[in-house]
Order: sequence, then C-alpha cells, then structure tokens
Amino acid sequence: MVVQSLTDLWQGFGVALEWHNFMWSFFGVVVGNLIGVLPGMGPLSAISLLLPMTYSMHPVPAILMLAGVFYGSQYGGAIGAILLNLPCHPPHAVTCLDGYPLTQKGKGGTALGITMIASFFAASVGIIVMIFLSPLLVSVAFKFGPSELFSIMLMGLLVGGTMTSGSALKGVAMTVLGALIGTIGTDVSSGAIRFTFGFPDLADGVELVALALGLFGVAEFLRNVNRMHVVGSTTKVRLRDMRPSGAELKQSFWPIMRGTAVGTLFGAMPGTGPTITTFIAYALEKRISKTPERFGNGALEGVAAPEASSHSKTQVDFIPTMSLGIPGDPIMALLLGALLIHGIQPGPLLISRHADIFWGLVASFWIGNVLLVLLNVPLIQIWVKVLQVPYRFLYPSALLFIAVGVYSTNSSLFEVGEVLLFGALGAVLLALKFPVAPILLGYVLGPMLEENLRRTLLLSHGHLSVFVQRPISAVFIAACGLLIAAQLYVRIKKGRVIRLLPKPPLDELGSPLN
Amino acid sequence: MTEYTRDYYGGALMVLIGLSAVCLGSRYGIGSMTHMRAGYFPVSLGAILALLGVAIAGSAAMKPRREHAQEETLPPEWRGWICIALSILAFLALGKYGGLLPATFAIVFISALGDRENSILAAFILAVAISAICVALFWWALKLQFPLFSWG
Repeated sequence: MVVQSLTDLWQGFGVALEWHNFMWSFFGVVVGNLIGVLPGMGPLSAISLLLPMTYSMHPVPAILMLAGVFYGSQYGGAIGAILLNLPCHPPHAVTCLDGYPLTQKGKGGTALGITMIASFFAASVGIIVMIFLSPLLVSVAFKFGPSELFSIMLMGLLVGGTMTSGSALKGVAMTVLGALIGTIGTDVSSGAIRFTFGFPDLADGVELVALALGLFGVAEFLRNVNRMHVVGSTTKVRLRDMRPSGAELKQSFWPIMRGTAVGTLFGAMPGTGPTITTFIAYALEKRISKTPERFGNGALEGVAAPEASSHSKTQVDFIPTMSLGIPGDPIMALLLGALLIHGIQPGPLLISRHADIFWGLVASFWIGNVLLVLLNVPLIQIWVKVLQVPYRFLYPSALLFIAVGVYSTNSSLFEVGEVLLFGALGAVLLALKFPVAPILLGYVLGPMLEENLRRTLLLSHGHLSVFVQRPISAVFIAACGLLIAAQLYVRIKKGRVIRLLPKPPLDELGSPLN
Repeated sequence: MTEYTRDYYGGALMVLIGLSAVCLGSRYGIGSMTHMRAGYFPVSLGAILALLGVAIAGSAAMKPRREHAQEETLPPEWRGWICIALSILAFLALGKYGGLLPATFAIVFISALGDRENSILAAFILAVAISAICVALFWWALKLQFPLFSWG
C-alpha cells in the first residue's frame, strides 16, 4: 500500500507541475496571501471571494487554486497577528499573545521567520500523514453504508458545533440552522420545492458563495464599520531580521515538534476547530515550560507551537474531507462545496475515481508551501505596506468584489440580494454572540444527512435501532453520546477544562472569537 | 446588553425560526419513518432548533445573577449599517437598470460614506478609482457577462 501511495504521489507531482495547474496554484497562493494580509479578511472570505472564478475552470486547477488560497491566506493572517496584533482569522488570536510583544521588542522579523519554518515543517508532516493515512481510511470507508455515513456526519456536526470557544448550545443551534438553510430549494428525492417563499430563484437552493460571503464578508463589515481602527505599524521588517539565530532555532525546535503533534492529533478528529487546537498547543507549551512567566511577553515558543499546530491540522483535516466526504471545519466545508459544484462527490471513491485530483492536491500542497516560503521572503516589505490599508478604504472595495463575485456565479442579481440578507442575519447572530461558522458546516452536511437518514430508514423499514446495531455506526453514535455527556459534565464542574486554556484575547470589539 | 438579555433574545430567535420551520415544513407532508416525505427533515430540524432555543434562554436564566457582569456595550453604528445595506440595494437596482459601471460606483461610494472618517470627496475619489479597476478587471480582462451600461 505504501509503495502504491508513493507511485500515486509521483503521478500527483506530475499533475500538479503541469504548467496550467501550477500557474493556478501559484496564483492562488499569491492572491490568498494578499487577501489574508488585509485587515479583517481571513481564509473564509478569501476562498469564498475566489470561488466564483473557479466555476468555469476544470476541477483539478480549481481545487488546486482554492487550496493555495487557503494556506496562502492562513499564512498571511499570521503576519497581521504578529505585526499588528490583529487576529483576522480566529486561530491566530493565540499567535498575537506572544507575536505582538515580540514585534514591540523589535523581534517581529524573527517571529515571522520562525512562523514560516514552523508552518512549513508542520505542513510537511501533515502531508506525509495524509499520504499514508488516506488509503487506509478509504479501505475502511468502503464498508460504510448510509447508516454509518449518517452517524459519522452527525458526530461531525455535533463536534463542529460544540468545539467552538463560546457556548456549545449556541454552536449546535447554528449547525441546525445551517442544515435548515440547506433544505431550501428542491428536495432531491421527492421533487418538492421547500421554503422558497415564492421566489423561483430559490428553487436551486441557496448559493454557497452567497451564504459564505454574507456570513463572513458582509456580516464582518457590518460589525467592524467605524469600530476597527488599524494602527499603522511602524515596524520595518528587513530580510536579515527574518533569519532566526541558532539559539532561537534551538529554542523553538521542540515547540514546533509538539505543536505539530497536537495539530496532527486534532486534525484526525473530525470537527475540532483550528482555534481550539492552537489554544491547546499554546497551553501545552506554557505548562511544560520552565519559565511560564515569559509567555505573553514575547516568548518565541508561544508563536512557534500554535502556528505549527494550525498548519499540521489544516493538512490532516483534508483526510476526512476527501476520503469520507465529511468536512472537519467550515473551511473544509467550503472546499467540499466547491468540489460538489464541479460534480465531484468526495468520499471513499474519490481517491480511486479521481486520482488526479487527490494526488495532485497532495503534491500541490508541498509545491504551494515551498512557493509560500519563497514568496514571503522577498515580498514581506510589500505585505507590511498592505497591512496598513485603512479599513475605511478596504471595506467599500471588498464589498464591490463580493457583489461582483456573487453575481458572476450565475449572472443573477437575486443572489447579491441573498448576500445582504445573510450578512444582516450574520451580524445579528454575531451581536447575540452566536458563532456563525458552524452554519456553513450544517449547510453543506445537511442535505447529505437527510439523504442518508432517508436511505437508512428505508432499508431498515423505519427502525431507528439500525444505528446502534451496525458496529461502526454504533461507535460513532456512542461517541456522540459521550461528547454530550462530557459537555454536561464540564458545565456542571464549572469549566475546569476551560481554565487550563489561556484566556482568549478579545478583539477590540470585545467579542469572543469563534 | 448583558449576557442574560443576549442569550434570552438569542434563544427566542432560535425558537421563532424553529417554530416557523415546523409550521412551514409540515405543509410539505411529513410521511412516516419508512417513507419520509419532503417535510420530515425540515420539521425535525425546526423542532430541534426550537428546543435548543429554549435551552439557550433557560441556561441564561439559571445562571446566578452575579455572573451577569455588565459588559461595556458598543453603541449602535446606524450610519455604517444603513450605508452598507443601502449600497448593496443600490447595486441591485443599478445593476438591473443602469449596468455594471453605475452599480460599481454606487456600491463603493455609498458604502464608503458609512465610515465617519471618509469625506464625500474621499468617497468619490475611491469610487472613481475602484470603478476604473472594476472596468479593467471584470469587463476587459475577465469578460464578465455584465454590460457596462444597460437600460433595463
């Protein structure tokens, strides 16, 4: 199996290095990095903005580009977190804790250099895990029938809802709301038109791009307008500042290792968000450190470990997304949605049926990560300039790109209206402190959940007991039960687990980061 | 807004959405476990959402009072909100009766006015600049199916 994986990977490199595919991958990394650096824009908005562009493309370059956008913007977000104390993407909130103090000490360049090394190393480990684990998971996944798929999706949704840093009840409520939004449109098995409120444009369902850009674009603008003031950073980052000294490398070697391990472990669990992963990696470093008082005042370990964990988790997250068709977090849900739009059903058959996509994607991760390192060394000064774009110019321009992007998916102005509606809904939910990201997870998984539930019950003649009778399904159902029990326990014990984690830094609006 | 009122309204909103899903969904026919009809899944989701809403509001009420620390709440930002909403509506209207260029100008200009630090002149200059980029990128380079000018 290993030899087979390696030959497949070799072919994957062939696919990813085809001139056409490579160009799009490169484009994705550059644009993703650029958007990620912009204040207030994270990977979710970056991917949804560029998603319409891929509709007319061949699926291979499309998914390679979107993956490039993803890790490009993730890396770009780290720059904003370290240099400006601005966590545009929630997992970077923890990077701010020590990254910004390092910048204040004039060590911002070193922090960026270490981040780069940490993310490259962690991504490489994640990719290797992905290469060897995916075929294994696929052989298991072939045994999955509708009841197993239902149970595992249920668990994914439950974990995705509860593992946000806010209230678990609210997170689960949001996944259910997302699943409800997913039922809008024509029911695939009966042909009934549901919840269209008389709009024929809704018969095809809510457009993924409109939902994502409403929730992660317009809702954020509504929340941040007149409230986000980017303080111009006066830091100058020069090339030679970025090269860490030998002592600094030695200091961050083990944190990188541990961060990578934490990320890999959590990536394999569907539904654990990247934010919680980075917090755990940080907490772990602080716990085992001999000098925990340095954390929060510019400890290099506090930057290296969380960044490594988030990047390895990102890579490992692709395993359940690709081989089971179950996205681990909202970003994966978005990428999954993109695959579905191209008529590719992720699942156990993806690797055998669309080997070019799967292995091309794996190979492109490596190529993309190398590109990221090569790009960021010379371009860092430009990124520092981009960081200082005032919000008052940024959001009107971004709004236009959102409107045109959504319009271009189906040449329909109706969908631009959907963006406004979901933006307003998202802003209200954010104000009520609901995490909005699980909505996307529910939206993508909801229809699949319905389909599999229907099939299971049809086969079992309406007996729900089938979910606990089949062993694999029973394990997942038990895991769901355990998760709920654990949540209740934590609640009763007044969040003892939570106290181990560092207090999440509130952004300047005082809202919890989801 | 305290945490209590926030959870209270949040829970109420979930109950409202859940119950309306139940009402609307039951019209599509629920069917049975063996033969689920189109309404089955939405009705169950709506019921779950309503129950979660009750739980959210209930858990807010159960917490002891002293934990509801008064947080500093931000004043509403009506100017920004109205301008952003209006700008998208203007894009819709002008996109239909006007074309890409007027719609582009309108969405950037109106939304830029939502920020207190933008003067009318600054918003105007930004809108002109972005319109130029928009024409070059979407109309000329990407050949977007959206006429620059149209009359309905």
